[in-house]
Amino acid sequence: MQIIDVLKKYPASQTSLLEILLEIDRLKDNHYISKEEVHMISEYLGVRTSHVYSVLTFYTLLSTEPRGKHIIQVCKDIPCYVNDAFDVRKTLEKMLNMSVGQTSRDGLFTLEETACIGCCDEAPAMLIDLEPYTNLTRDKIERILASYREVTL
Amino acid sequence: MKEHKLLTKRFGEIDPFSIEDFVNVGGYETLKKAMKMTSEEIIYEVEASRITGRGGANFPTYMKMRAMSKETGDMYLVCNADEGEPGNFKDKHLMEKDPHQLIEGMLISAYAVGANRGYIYIRGEYQSAVYLLEHAINEARKHGYLGQDICGKDFHFDLEVRQGAGAYVCGEEFALLESIEGKPGRTRVKPPFPTEAGLFMKPTLINNVETFSTLPHIIEMSGEEYGKLGSSFASGTKLISLSGNVKHKGLYEVEYGTTIRQVIEELGGGVSNGQKINMVQLGGACGPIIPEHLLDMDIDNERFEIFNSKMGAGAIIVIDDRFDLFEILLRTMTFFAHESCGKCAPCREGHIQIVKLLQKFYDTKVTYKDYESLVSLANVIHETALCGLGQTSTTSILATVEFFQYYYQQRIRQSERREWAL
Repeated sequence: MQIIDVLKKYPASQTSLLEILLEIDRLKDNHYISKEEVHMISEYLGVRTSHVYSVLTFYTLLSTEPRGKHIIQVCKDIPCYVNDAFDVRKTLEKMLNMSVGQTSRDGLFTLEETACIGCCDEAPAMLIDLEPYTNLTRDKIERILASYREVTL
Repeated sequence: MKEHKLLTKRFGEIDPFSIEDFVNVGGYETLKKAMKMTSEEIIYEVEASRITGRGGANFPTYMKMRAMSKETGDMYLVCNADEGEPGNFKDKHLMEKDPHQLIEGMLISAYAVGANRGYIYIRGEYQSAVYLLEHAINEARKHGYLGQDICGKDFHFDLEVRQGAGAYVCGEEFALLESIEGKPGRTRVKPPFPTEAGLFMKPTLINNVETFSTLPHIIEMSGEEYGKLGSSFASGTKLISLSGNVKHKGLYEVEYGTTIRQVIEELGGGVSNGQKINMVQLGGACGPIIPEHLLDMDIDNERFEIFNSKMGAGAIIVIDDRFDLFEILLRTMTFFAHESCGKCAPCREGHIQIVKLLQKFYDTKVTYKDYESLVSLANVIHETALCGLGQTSTTSILATVEFFQYYYQQRIRQSERREWAL
């Protein structure tokens, strides 16, 4: 689907802005909103580009920089932390050979930290493309990553 | 002790994708009952039930409804489903396991106050809740429970799901409304309150998922009967999200009056693998951290005010003795430093300084002066921040200064000794 098709699905008013940004982000393999797209959105909605940027940069699920195909978000809050016997974040950093905030060289994964994702009863937990993975163990993480690599190959 | 299942009674019994399942167990019957009542009769029942907002602020629900019912012209109903308070997952379960209960509660409220447009603002991280609610709204529309002439009467109401995009502050009512309007989630100055000038500056009734989901039960069993549940301080049932170092983490519905210890030990099975409870955080990141000997308090909000704090949204996070108070506080405050929207100075600048001071405690490089700065700063943010985020964010510091003073003193002494040794 083209960006213009996404825009046309929504009424041309400012209140559609966040929904549009989210949909474009999810549509794109590199999950970000480019300068050109910001201009298109601003023109379609009749709002200033500065306003589009103010919203785009406010919300953590959105990005102005290209990201990986799959976005891994590790929960960093207390309920996960006190149940995390093996350090999920470090384990992921090691397995992916990169640190939080980076994208893998093959462009497959971006590793991020997130605030609580409401999976505290099955901690520790993470999201990949907003899909929750819970009760994590080292083996489980390895299997999950492998499954994403396989699908892509 | 047992759970008292009211909002959770259909969990697992019905298929959340099936409106037929919901209708077969008496769903939407309460709406029909409510539609035979007048607006004032419904609000009276809500008042008699003594229910207060379940999102954490505990404002009497009937007062908002009564203020709204006096307004005329366009008005909105908004459901706050931006559950981002660390340790809470009750709204997720309510939406994923019984979505029509929420819709029915919103319909009853809309009918009572005279609104005909509503939004459910769900955090972007809860994709399955978004999907389920959108499906449920479509089903309800097909069956004539949403749209024009609902149940054959002159009552029109429609609902729309809006997604958040990863901003904790959007759980604050004005920040949430700003977000629906397509702006950054930054709060507004109160008053006017949302019931006077809310979404698009029109009167808006905004409630938490749990509050709306309770309304059908109040109308079904009558406000007076509902008010008999619970304790003399707070009526009804509360969903508790139990997490941390307990054997059986999970969601429990209990009557007000139940003690925190009962929830942890009798429902949660106590602490796992022979550890001891060191701290318990109540409500979420914005709640107090209390020691083990205070667990016999009940979950009532009013009694919490003794500690200058509230139960909030109902999280209980158990932390055992393997964890250091200052690493917990540091994580909590780093969270707030990140989530501050930046509109008011105490919150924007204050949290950055608080994180620096707590880092000193964590590193055992702290002086008594740092301690004084920390306490003073925590008080300033609490007193002067513009919205609920900053007003509650330092509760964990203020509570631990009171209940864990020993740890603070110990860390300062250790730092001094460390300094001399160098």
